[in-house]
Amino acid sequence: MSELTTPGIEWLALLPILAVAGAGIVIVLGRALAKRAPGVYAASLFTAFVGVVGALVFTTYQWVQVRGDGAYLTFGRMVALDGFAVYLSIVILIATLLALMVSAGFVKRAQLEGPEYLALLLFSSAGLLLMATANDLIVVFIALEVLSIPLYVLAALDPRRAESQEAGLKYFLLGAFSSAIFLYGLALVFGAVGSTNLTTITEFFSNRVLLDNGVLLAGIGLLIVGLGFKSAAVPFHMWAPDVYEGAPSPVTGFMAAAVKAGAFAAFLRVIVGAFSLQRNDWRGIVWVLAVLSLAVGSIAALTQSNVKRMLAYSSISHAGYVLIGVYTATAEGVAAALFYLLAYTFMVTGAFTVITLVSGPEDRLHSIDDYKGLARREPLLAGVLALMLLAQAGVPLTAGFVAKLMVFEAAIDGEDYGIAIVGVIAAVIAAFFYLRVVVTMYMEGDEPDDEASDSAPAGTLLTRTRTRIDVGAGLALAICVVAVLAIGILPNEFFEFARDATLYFRLPT
Amino acid sequence: MIDWPVLTAIAVTPAVGAVLVLFTPERRPELARGIAYATTAATAGLTLFMLWHFQTGNGDFQFVESYSWIPELGINYTLGVDGISLFMIVVTALLFPIGLLAAQPLRYRVKAYMFHFLLLETAIMGIFLSLDLILFFVFWELLLVPMYFLIGGWGHERRRYAAVKFFLYTMAGSAMFLIAILSLAFLHQADTGILTFDFQTLMDWNGLARTTETWLFLGFFISFAIKSPLVPFHTWMPDVHTEAPTFGSVILAGVLLKMGAYGFLRFSFTLFPEASVDLAPLLLTLSVIGILYGAIVASVQKDLKRLIAYSSVAHMGFIILGIFSLTTIGLDGALFNMVSHPLTTGALFLLVGMMYERRRTRQISELKGIWNVAPIFTAFFLVATLAGIGVPGFSGFIGEFLALLGTFLVERPYAIIAAVGVIFAAVYMLWAFRRVFTNDADEPNRAFPDLSVREIVVVAPLLVMSLFLGLYPKPVLDRVEPTAEVVIDHFEERTDYREPDVNVEIVRTEEKDAAPGAEGEEHE
Repeated sequence: MSELTTPGIEWLALLPILAVAGAGIVIVLGRALAKRAPGVYAASLFTAFVGVVGALVFTTYQWVQVRGDGAYLTFGRMVALDGFAVYLSIVILIATLLALMVSAGFVKRAQLEGPEYLALLLFSSAGLLLMATANDLIVVFIALEVLSIPLYVLAALDPRRAESQEAGLKYFLLGAFSSAIFLYGLALVFGAVGSTNLTTITEFFSNRVLLDNGVLLAGIGLLIVGLGFKSAAVPFHMWAPDVYEGAPSPVTGFMAAAVKAGAFAAFLRVIVGAFSLQRNDWRGIVWVLAVLSLAVGSIAALTQSNVKRMLAYSSISHAGYVLIGVYTATAEGVAAALFYLLAYTFMVTGAFTVITLVSGPEDRLHSIDDYKGLARREPLLAGVLALMLLAQAGVPLTAGFVAKLMVFEAAIDGEDYGIAIVGVIAAVIAAFFYLRVVVTMYMEGDEPDDEASDSAPAGTLLTRTRTRIDVGAGLALAICVVAVLAIGILPNEFFEFARDATLYFRLPT
Repeated sequence: MIDWPVLTAIAVTPAVGAVLVLFTPERRPELARGIAYATTAATAGLTLFMLWHFQTGNGDFQFVESYSWIPELGINYTLGVDGISLFMIVVTALLFPIGLLAAQPLRYRVKAYMFHFLLLETAIMGIFLSLDLILFFVFWELLLVPMYFLIGGWGHERRRYAAVKFFLYTMAGSAMFLIAILSLAFLHQADTGILTFDFQTLMDWNGLARTTETWLFLGFFISFAIKSPLVPFHTWMPDVHTEAPTFGSVILAGVLLKMGAYGFLRFSFTLFPEASVDLAPLLLTLSVIGILYGAIVASVQKDLKRLIAYSSVAHMGFIILGIFSLTTIGLDGALFNMVSHPLTTGALFLLVGMMYERRRTRQISELKGIWNVAPIFTAFFLVATLAGIGVPGFSGFIGEFLALLGTFLVERPYAIIAAVGVIFAAVYMLWAFRRVFTNDADEPNRAFPDLSVREIVVVAPLLVMSLFLGLYPKPVLDRVEPTAEVVIDHFEERTDYREPDVNVEIVRTEEKDAAPGAEGEEHE
């Protein structure tokens, strides 16, 4: 009798994923057993926080371990635990934590199915974490599905708005389509190389040259298409504006922050990492993706009258900046992309937190007209939103400026002046629509006609009742504001963090 | 020398004030105002203290502070002062308390106004003090935010349009600027192996090919030309000036427009000497066009504020002309004008602002016969007009004269054409003056109140300083000239360019003529 040999397993590598997914399972079970008992939601919320905070503790431990003992592969080389994986896990977990904080009050106000919402969020997050550590195309595919399917449901979770249903269906159809394309690419790569393992693929190319590499290139192309869908890069962005608009606002924030990080995790590890020797073949494609994303994202955003839609296009253009980092295919570029994802997480979550809070109990007030005079009604929220938008526009002493600076540095260091110039021009165009919201909030609605004619004391102009900022959302806002300013003013530690993460990430030498 | 970081204190004090203002209650605007008065006064005090300790006759950077900021990218926090930046800082520090006093009638959103007002001062100080390219760029961009909110929040009818226009123009300019900065640093790294944005290190490095230098110069040029503004890039300026609140216009004309000239002097000249010499004729041409165009367009304006805005285009032309004459005298004149123009134009904008507060109009056709109704106001306006025209005895004359003289030494045709602009200035300013102040006042103008004591306190210091510097320019020239010489020496060291000899003679006679007065008289 021959024994079945199972691969050695480093459970530590999976602990954060297990913690998050485990919390999700506990919530689902609790809901099933306790039915509609009072306190189920509170207990679920508590479980979710315990799971995510626990996962954060584990990733911190992983970081220390990776820095001390170096990176390693486990589960039959299907899971990689390196600085890159841990860094992105931390970004994803922060995004999840912030999304939970915002959702805590939102779910109650919007009277959605609370525990299910939280469980789905956690499952999606677990999928993203798996994505960050995946070292095998099959695992990447599984992670892609695990993260996507809960998101389809989350997008459609708001029963009162038809847009939400539409968003869910649209996201599902296009997502399924992109998964299929990715899978087909995977198959072609397997056909060309004989393995789906990224390490094996790298080893394969290190001592072999494919004379006839059509199948391989087709495979890489299809993989890029599949990942392009998930990261909402133009021309695979069609779903993003509708889904961002329709999904419940905190879910949109989560999609923009965490899902983007997960999609780029796969992008960087598969395309930049495993196919680094083919970079002259795929860099042209990525160049086109980056330039189109920057151009379409910032130009289309100009004409939007819905703030969520506008931020959807803005997130497309942000994907363009990350793609510049991908395009350079250097350690600098990868570090810049990683840094950008961290900075963007705070900027976009902060913005969507404010959007959630001011959208009313029905989550409907997203037209730019609803923001008229917000600075008078809600000076604090308007101030935070203005900061987040200015940060996204790249104003100095905020995270957005440093992030863009790093990306441009990486591009110019690689002597890619053209793409850097496209990037700065897109930033100028983008500034226009971010400013539009700021103008609307600060300079329109209940305004005095002139300097002297206005003698009304402050306070009489408050017409609507103030929005109550619940504890969770308040905490999320505070974290985002502090992070955006801290990264902007003292970026060195954060940048060292991003650069250390790439140290343990294999790149061409 | 001072052994504590006085420059950081100058830059940071207003920002501290801005943060404190945030914590004052909305219903107590006098608290926010008090904090603003205290911090701008403290900044002015620190600046005068720094001026007192500034070594005359030393063309190098003084009070230099340097700390590592983002070592991963070779970005430092380096501050320093030399003759180019010294008086821009002094003027800024003095304009802000005056601006606060001028904003005394402001009754709405005082807290927010004070916050942006103080943030603006920090950004301006940072721009003039930074000796690291990225740090400079950070402040350069940061400036946009408070300025944008000040224009958009407290401006006139079309304020939103003006605010957005200002933001986008400046941002468009800085896009290429950033690329040029990064390219310069990486070319330096490729050559020497050190990644740094330190201005002094890059200044001493001489490894750029001539064509590369030209490209980088153009990258910087767009940004500075928009700010200056040079003629094809000036279209933002009249709109923004007209719609900005009074103090916004004062700061725009007084300080922001000088940033372009400052950028040329500080960065373009020292980093790209070859390209500066090569492209000097282009810049001279643009500035002469600016002088004539500004004057002609100003003379047909119906709006008094717009008229002064266009006159600034002409004045900035003289400054750029002096700078790109590439002579010590021309640079002296330009630097002197950079001190003088904020005083005269600042006074004019303040007076027009007061006029608007009284009459709710700036249309020249609606104003008439104010002389008889408000003699003190008219007297002040007349003095400001004369100072603005550059009548001898006021500071404007010295600056324009030196700039023309410097240009005449090397490029006669430009100087001759530009001199015509001086006459135009007298024409449009005096013509406007005649229409607004002479004749008999009609009904709406009969109740025009005269200047209050507060308003006199706001305007008088500017005019007194302009008169003082017009009669006795030595305190400024003594501190400015060593740096001008360093700049010209840098050219002679790095390029084939040689300053004409005749220049040196004139400088000597001028020094002999000047009476050996006690230094530091301008503190009074």
